[in-house]
Amino acid sequence: MAHAPAALSSAPAKSVGSVLKMTGVSKRFPGVRALENVHLEVRPSEIHALLGENGAGKSTLLKILSGAQSADAGEIELFGKPVAFATPHDAQRAGIVTIYQEFTLAPDMTIAENVFIGREPGSRLFVSWGRMAQETKAIAERIGLKRDPMTQVRDLSVAEQQLVEIARALSMQSRLIIMDEPTAALSETEVANLARIVRALKAEGLSIIFVTHRLDEVFRLCDRYTVLRDGHYVASGEVAETNVEAIIRMMVGRDVGALYGERPIPEHGEVALEVEGLTRRRNARDPNAIELVDVSLKAHHGEILGLAGLVGAGRTETARAIFGADAFDHGTIRVEGKAVRFLSPRDAMSHGIGLVPEDRKKQALFLSLAIRTNMTIAAQDEVSRGWFIDESKEDVLIDEFRKLLSIRMASPEQAAGQLSGGNQQKIVLARWLALRPKILIVDEPTRGIDIGSKVEVHNLLINMAKQGIAVIVISSELPEILAISDRIVTMREGRVTGEIARTAATQEILMAMMTAHESGAASAAA
Amino acid sequence: MSEARLEATEDRGIDVFGFVARFAPTLFLIVLMLIFAIMQPRFLSQINLFNVMRQVSITGLLAVGMTFVILTAGIDLSVGSLVAFAGLVAAAVAKGGLENRFTVGEGGVGYGWFAAAMAAIAVGLACGWLQGLAITRLKVPPFVVTLGGMSAFRGAALLFAAGGPISGFQPSFTWWGQGKIGPVPVPVIIFLLAAFIAHIVLRYMRYGRQVYAVGGNPEAARLSGLNVNRIIMSVYLIMGFFAGLTAFVLAARLNSAEAVAGTGYELTVIA
Repeated sequence: MAHAPAALSSAPAKSVGSVLKMTGVSKRFPGVRALENVHLEVRPSEIHALLGENGAGKSTLLKILSGAQSADAGEIELFGKPVAFATPHDAQRAGIVTIYQEFTLAPDMTIAENVFIGREPGSRLFVSWGRMAQETKAIAERIGLKRDPMTQVRDLSVAEQQLVEIARALSMQSRLIIMDEPTAALSETEVANLARIVRALKAEGLSIIFVTHRLDEVFRLCDRYTVLRDGHYVASGEVAETNVEAIIRMMVGRDVGALYGERPIPEHGEVALEVEGLTRRRNARDPNAIELVDVSLKAHHGEILGLAGLVGAGRTETARAIFGADAFDHGTIRVEGKAVRFLSPRDAMSHGIGLVPEDRKKQALFLSLAIRTNMTIAAQDEVSRGWFIDESKEDVLIDEFRKLLSIRMASPEQAAGQLSGGNQQKIVLARWLALRPKILIVDEPTRGIDIGSKVEVHNLLINMAKQGIAVIVISSELPEILAISDRIVTMREGRVTGEIARTAATQEILMAMMTAHESGAASAAA
Repeated sequence: MSEARLEATEDRGIDVFGFVARFAPTLFLIVLMLIFAIMQPRFLSQINLFNVMRQVSITGLLAVGMTFVILTAGIDLSVGSLVAFAGLVAAAVAKGGLENRFTVGEGGVGYGWFAAAMAAIAVGLACGWLQGLAITRLKVPPFVVTLGGMSAFRGAALLFAAGGPISGFQPSFTWWGQGKIGPVPVPVIIFLLAAFIAHIVLRYMRYGRQVYAVGGNPEAARLSGLNVNRIIMSVYLIMGFFAGLTAFVLAARLNSAEAVAGTGYELTVIA
């Protein structure tokens, strides 16, 4: 595979026509049309954004392209020749490689082994480790992966693992790389780095299909777009000739009026939560913990407090310390004026505090269990009679929240894992609302969910504040923070760096506060 | 939304293949029973069926306890050894000490079946508690803890009985393993009762939901306010309880307790 780089540089990059052309592709599953007459055209040297809400048919389309499923109708042309992939292997041989959100790497094997898995260079019987390492190194350097090819994949960061996936795609001399939500798990700097690499690949003549929920990335990175909605093709065109509002309208099929509209800052009530001098040091048991240094903040009833900061700024850690999920060294927490110290989340809950954690699947949901259990596990007192669950009471509660949050589900017995991301997040929110909390902390409430659900979640949080709940929102998306918070506290490296009213804040000001070094300088802005 | 449509249509229509796939073990069992019945008509006789059930009820009792453990994504490999150990203790209590181990059928020396049963259950609970402690406090994986328990309890059983069996109990003791109420053997009744209670607990009680939740996602369970350690401890106590109860019933049925009793049960029970 030493000729891989050569093949790429001599690619007919400027040839006319398209790399991939899908026309009238349809796919049915029993009882549902997943795709109906969908078109997709990808040109040479192009980064193509494939957009749509969850359930729009993107995943099905990707599965057809990667050979995991076959289309019922329609034509697929690759470099002008009609193709049909029976297996993922066929698709890879034809030059289409898909990089899924969940990586397909073997963590205990080396970078080189992962890149050449199943295609190890060498003779019939023996693997040539030298050649494998050398070729891996050549590819890795092209995409800026500065690691020894003999490093175990386990020891790499998420961003680096992604580069290994890209390296594997390049080693297969792929001409079209499909990336499914590649930025979902990356920090801002890692996203910037990935964008640089993707641009470099484009300059080498490759085409990339880029699936993402983050529209700002589309406008920063992509050349053309295709939008799907409910399994139908909606539109495609040049990114430069459209704007965020137009794309959202195409994805949602209606105007999302209140998305980032004007909203006056409401009058708020008494102080609900007061944190003073919260400090948490690293210790031998937890050497990689993010430290918190003298964190102080206040949240009022009826107010949405935004906590902004880069990844690793200590926002999640602050929330977990308040909630009793992690221990801290010193500091005072007061709930409605009364000093408290929670030893477990259970303690915090008994004082009316709820926490919607950062990682829905790992920290909140019981994916294999029924919606029923997922929704009421924290509020069993509400739905029980003595030691027994009263399912009729429970049904009333589930129905209340199903309507309030417009959760789309078949029945309460359905497993939570079968729902879309947006509906899953609503289940988690319902779990905490069922407790009727006084203070609710939500950590990345809309990560990985589609725009329609996102707006619903935002409106829900705003309504909760209206009912007098003190809501604390942690989000890495500044537009989200700016859209729903009344007051914003910024953090950096475990310290509070400033506080500002939403009406005075812009993305630029917040960014400056989030990266500021001295808390004194920034709080002047508040 | 297409997804909602998909979710709504999933259960419609008669899916023969799906039905067979779902109930495959049961269907296979029915087919097997039909074959046996045709080859040997006596297979379906009342006596034979109750005999089979009595054999099954010993492992069945352990399986009831194991269900709780497995639901929390744990495992207990020590049950076979624990049955032997607890059985010997029960036997020793029933006989009023180790000196009388071979005296057959003599009455009046020991402490009676109730004390014996309580002793077996107490041993089971104590061993379950120890293992639960290692799992929740020392954070050792259940597989490792109970693998250790498997050797340790077997060793304890061998030491306790000095290698030999203890046999010959009073009729009131052996009734619990050999007796019948009407045509139904007592162990079968105990097993069915235990299975019924376990079903009620797991299906309708708050505790049952919590067990499932801890097994489904321990971190999410903790962040939802459950006392995860307490629930994990409780399932090993339940397992210990059933190991003790089984030990008592097994000793009663065999009219004997020995250190090699229950060998290999851990795998039969899990299966």
